[in-house]
Amino acid sequence: MEGGRAGLSEEVRESGPGSARAVVERAGREGRAALIGYLPVGFPDVATSVAAMRAMVAGGVDVVEVGLPYTDPLMDGPLIQRATEAALARGTTPADGLSAVRALHGTPALIMTYWTLIDRYGVARFAEDLAAAGGAGLITPDLLPEEAAAWHAAADRHDLDRVHLVAPTSTRARIDLAARSSRGFLYAASVMGVTGERELVSSGAKDLVARVKEITDLPVCVGLGVGDAARAAEVAAFADGVIVGSAFVRALTDAPDPAAGIAAVETLARELAHGVRRSPASNRRRPVAEQPGGQR
Amino acid sequence: MTETETLTGRAGPYFGRFGGRFTPEALVVALDELEAGYRDALGDPAFRDRLEELHRSYSGRPSVITEVPSFARHAGGARVLLKREDLNHTGSHKINNVLGQALLTRRMGKRRIIAETGAGQHGVAAATAAALLGLEAVIYMGEVDMRRQALNVVRMRLLGATVVPVTSGSRTLKDAMNEAMRDWVTNVEHTHYLIGSVAGPHPFPAMVREFQQIIGIEARRQILDLTGRLPDVVCACVGGGSNALGIFHAFLDDPGVELVGLEAGGAGVGTGRHAAAVSGGTPGILHGSRTYVLQDEHGQTRESHSISAGLDYPGIGPQHAWLHDTGRARYEAVDDAAAMEAFQLLCRTEGIIPAIESAHALAGAIREGRRLGPDGIVLVNLSGRGDKDMDTAARYFGLMEADA
Ligand SMILES: Cc1ncc(COP(=O)(O)O)c(C=O)c1O
Repeated sequence: MEGGRAGLSEEVRESGPGSARAVVERAGREGRAALIGYLPVGFPDVATSVAAMRAMVAGGVDVVEVGLPYTDPLMDGPLIQRATEAALARGTTPADGLSAVRALHGTPALIMTYWTLIDRYGVARFAEDLAAAGGAGLITPDLLPEEAAAWHAAADRHDLDRVHLVAPTSTRARIDLAARSSRGFLYAASVMGVTGERELVSSGAKDLVARVKEITDLPVCVGLGVGDAARAAEVAAFADGVIVGSAFVRALTDAPDPAAGIAAVETLARELAHGVRRSPASNRRRPVAEQPGGQR
Repeated sequence: MTETETLTGRAGPYFGRFGGRFTPEALVVALDELEAGYRDALGDPAFRDRLEELHRSYSGRPSVITEVPSFARHAGGARVLLKREDLNHTGSHKINNVLGQALLTRRMGKRRIIAETGAGQHGVAAATAAALLGLEAVIYMGEVDMRRQALNVVRMRLLGATVVPVTSGSRTLKDAMNEAMRDWVTNVEHTHYLIGSVAGPHPFPAMVREFQQIIGIEARRQILDLTGRLPDVVCACVGGGSNALGIFHAFLDDPGVELVGLEAGGAGVGTGRHAAAVSGGTPGILHGSRTYVLQDEHGQTRESHSISAGLDYPGIGPQHAWLHDTGRARYEAVDDAAAMEAFQLLCRTEGIIPAIESAHALAGAIREGRRLGPDGIVLVNLSGRGDKDMDTAARYFGLMEADA
């Protein structure tokens, strides 16, 4: 499957069939936003979490974010904190994240992690192992571009996506830095805060995406706070992708048993997949591929 | 020494291979503003005057140094001098940093401060400054620490602060810091995160050191006046490392002065139940900077253990990590038993009840004094007083009425 990606030229790689960017752009050509789903590996156990990731894909998720549980998840709200604490208590390791990626073959899978775990694993070795597992790349919420030289070099060696974040407080210069440092897509944090579902999508998210679009033609996916189809449709009206995490974790948390949890995850994915297709086409910007100019 | 070789005044973000910024993008603008803000403030005579005035008339600086000859008889007969940060208003060195950052908060136009606290001394200092300067204060404290430092919880509440119990992870200082970071990323627009030690992302390690270095500046002058020479050794306990760096900094470029940081050895470094990040840890990333961390083979933080809540932290400020790597400072562990022995010894011989944190530095001074002998001079940072520790001490020594 992904094994042949190494060594392809820049253009081919950026639009290669297995990359996150290609999948997000294909969704754009279909006149919809891509749906990106997050689950931490190991909750409630490794096998169930991997089955739930596959259920997300069956329900319509385009790209999977595989979370690695960490003892000090200071960017996560209570729901993901509790899930990752439980995963760690069962002995989940970064290697389990790589197994999950392997099990998702055919769907772009990005590992999302606190940087200290990769640092400990060894960034060069992790990039090699992630590429060998068929992974698309890494989302690095606490690795600023300024600290990322070793990761960028390793990602380039293995043709991996490197997804950095922008936030409502990011200045134009910082958005530019994040965009130049990223490959695959840019992750826009919709609100200031930690992970968790929210009642409303802030107007800040739309403004942020607009500011990003002035600077780059990299796809922009919006995360933090989206939990249901209505919110997904709202975000899909202005973003290239919609990222959902806590709501999937809640589906697993609230279920009476693993099988019911997996089913609930698939149902939620199906609803969200409708959501990202429901936004009025008139609101949507033109698909990325049709936009003039840009840096590609 | 030439300008470029001096060890003092390092501004970060890196201290050798340590330090930096490992934070969400959402905080970068606030961290940049903070860096510009504190540099600007330190260059402004009006700000410096206001801070000096508060030191003089509110917290009681300069703190004195006290020679402790009876205690010193147990330390090889060396001269032992205590820098009395325990006499500061609110009872520890923490107030030095807090007054600086609280004034800065006002100057930056923010109206709410948040803080993490372990022993409660930083929380009490932050609550105090908030009351004085009309700021809202929210203090995050691990549930375990709220129990063992109950007096300080009452003090913070009396001062008008909200104390939020933290029930995640090990329910101690590290988890309080996680929770404070979560608050900050949500409320950064109007909130300043008043970090209590030389830890965290740049510019905190350098800024907190700036506000704490007054300890060493005063002590260096005082010890020269009293003894006519520099000390052989300076001892300080190390949690995150603010009182240690505060007293070390003025001596960094005095090569004849040995600097010794005493980490909490808990039940013993060999047992795995300790809080000695340098002696028993490895380089990693914790709370936004690269430094020595207690972690397992996968990079998961290991829980720390210490009888002292203020030292019960699995990391250490990045400048200490660098001072360790370069060999300029030594970091050694003092276990619970040795700390409590030194604690009791200072009470009995000198009539001074130290904080259990500071007792780790006293235990280090006993070791160093015995090594140096009667010609030696040891300067100890007595970072705080022990009122908050009566419950722990009563249990440890069996002094409760029921046991007596
Ligand atoms: C009296 C006292 N000393 C030392 C410490 C440890 O902090 P640091 O290492 O930053 O000085 C504390 C922390 O609560 C304290 O209360």
